[in-house]
Formats: sequence, C-alpha cells, structure tokens
Amino acid sequence: MYDMKKILPGLIIFAGLMTFPIWYNGGDAGTLPKPEKPSNAKECVRPTEYMRTSHMQLLNEFRDTVVRESERGAIKEAGGVTYDDKSLMLGCMKCHVSKKKFCDECHTYAAVKPYCWDCHIQPKETN
Amino acid sequence: MDSKRRKFLKIAGLGAIAGVTAPMAFNSLLKGEAFASGGHGHEAAEHGSAHKDAVPQGKQYGLVVDVKKFGNQPGLGRKCIHACHSLHNVPDFGNKKDEIKWIWIEKYENAFTEHSHYKRNEELHKMPIMTLCNHCANPPCVRACPTQATFKNKDGIVMMDYHRCIGCRFCMAACPYGARSFNWRSPRGANELGKPFIKRINPDYPTRMRGVVEKCTLCNERLAHGKLPACVEASNGAMVFGDLNDPGSAINKVLSENFTIQRKPSAGTNPSIFYIL
Repeated sequence: MYDMKKILPGLIIFAGLMTFPIWYNGGDAGTLPKPEKPSNAKECVRPTEYMRTSHMQLLNEFRDTVVRESERGAIKEAGGVTYDDKSLMLGCMKCHVSKKKFCDECHTYAAVKPYCWDCHIQPKETN
Repeated sequence: MDSKRRKFLKIAGLGAIAGVTAPMAFNSLLKGEAFASGGHGHEAAEHGSAHKDAVPQGKQYGLVVDVKKFGNQPGLGRKCIHACHSLHNVPDFGNKKDEIKWIWIEKYENAFTEHSHYKRNEELHKMPIMTLCNHCANPPCVRACPTQATFKNKDGIVMMDYHRCIGCRFCMAACPYGARSFNWRSPRGANELGKPFIKRINPDYPTRMRGVVEKCTLCNERLAHGKLPACVEASNGAMVFGDLNDPGSAINKVLSENFTIQRKPSAGTNPSIFYIL
C-alpha cells in the first residue's frame, strides 16, 4: 500500500476522535435522570413500564380521541382511581405538577424537544 | 437465429396483451359488472348518491342570535366577546391586520351582504350583529383543508385540530364569512411596550402558536362537560343554543316562532347560525 506511513496514523487519530465521548466519560452514561414522582397518587393511568417507553403514543391517542372523536371520557384503568380528563393540562399535569422536575428531567437527558408546550400551558413552577 | 427472434416477439406480444387486459377483466369481474362502460357508470352513480345525501343525520349544533336584544342592551356584545376571548386565550395584537377573532361585532350591511340595504331602517344599520363561525352543514373550509386539520365533528361542529394545521390558509380563502384568523405572530409574545398579547392566560385552555389558523369551536370543551358555549352563557338570553336536527330542541322552537335569516345563504354552505332581526 502506498503512503502507509500517513494513512495509519490518520486512521488511528480518526478512530480516537470518533470514540472520544466514550473513553472521555470512561464508559459511564452520566447521571441518570430522576423524574419526580407525584406525591398524591401511586399509580398512573397505565403501568409504569408502559408509560416510560410509550407515553408519547398514549398522549397522541388521547389527543386524537379528544380532538377528532370528541371522546373526553374519564380513564379508569389505574388502581380504581378515576382520572377525569384525557388531557395534558387538565389530566397529567394535575398529578405531575412540575414540568421542570418531571418532563424536562428525561427530555433534557435524551435531548428530545417535544412541542407540547408551544400551545399547552405548563403548570406554574412552585420554586 | 431468426426463429428464436420470432418466438421471442410472439411471447412478448402475448405477454403485453395479457398484462393489459387481465387486470381490467379482473377488476370488472370483482365489481360484478359487464365490461368496458360499466366502470364509468358505476362511478357516476356513486357520486350522485353522495350529493343527494341531504337528509340530516346526527347532531348539528347551532345558534339563534336575537339582534334586537343585543341592540337594546349596549355592551352585551362586548361582554360575550370578552367571555369567549378571555376563556380561549385569544390574543389581541392591537392592530386590524393581525387581528384574531372568534366572535365579533359586524355592521348589518357587512354581515348580510346578500340582503338589500335599500331603504332599510336606520335602526337596523346601527344594530350590532354578533358574528362567529357559522359551523356550516356544508363547510367549504373543510373541503379546502389539505391536512384535515379542520373537520366536521360528530356534533356538527366545524372543529380545528391545531396539531395538524400547517398554516396554508386555504380555509381562510374558502370561508365566505371571514370567520378564520391566522396567527402571523406568536400569541405568547408581547408588543414593543412589553404588554403581552394575551392579557391574562387562562391556565385551563391552550394558546395557539405562530403559523396556525384559529376560529370558534362552539366551546366543544364546555359542551363535553354539559355547559353552554361561553357567549351563550354571557348573552343573557339573547342567544339560543341547541341541536338543529332535534325536532324537540329549544332552538327549533325559537326558529319555528320567529322569522330568521342566515348569512350568505346562496353560498350553499347551510350555516347553522340564525339571526332574528
């Protein structure tokens, strides 16, 4: 191969730069997000595992049933507790009272920017 | 060599003919019809029945506006507008060009352009005509919308799905009543003096964002909880709300007892807002 002396060090430098984030953090994923759980309720409208992975699908489902099919009905599936509204502002955020401590915690970590709050109004942060 | 080419051409030709005719034959068999002309006739028949379907089905909410009552009680119109706009976080951009309106006051000659204004009494010209989305039974905005962001819901309300609106404003061009407003600026913002466009945000109702069209949704969120639309509630009986397709409803009683007119009936939109003059 021609120019082996230039190519090999180049490749090594390239590989080093590309994997920089991994070895710089020593294989550590950083401090994990700890979203604040509501104090007044034990169960959410769906199991925690499902909410963790698929809350966005559920929110879309709520949005579609409420806006397009006018089905605002209560959701009763969580441990006998009746939740009144399929609504972000009037439902979810009544228990999860802080956007900063709940939503943003993971969203910032995962660098996702949902557009919910462009229109919907976040609850007043208490501190 | 020659025989091979001959064979190839034969097979290719047969293949082409089979490829073209087989799906055609298959399709017409599927429809259970004779060949050729059947297809077009079927389509036309389908279209015809869709247009004939004028028998009202399901709910069609509407309003009767008693213009005289609004004329006799100065300030009532403004009260209704305030009730609606403060509830729904409707921004006030402070200029006519950017104006957002869900319900507003129009002059008689502007609201009823199709009616003769010749020698109409002066009183009528001074009357405040409350105008809002007509929630037409045959809404042109819904047909114009490319994303189905505006649609007719099961209560006959012409709904807005702001999640879907791409801000193309076709619906605004299609609406003969000017009932739709576009957010040229962010409603969450403030003017150069720092005065917010929404004076007091109602935390129970979303705002809109820049680049979407908004309009009256006949308070579907209140109806769902068994409440009357905000303007009707604030109107002190000058507006009557109800289901136009329910023969026993209060609104049908009012309609049967009074002479009412609609805005631009010749547009063929079947507006659901009626006016007692």
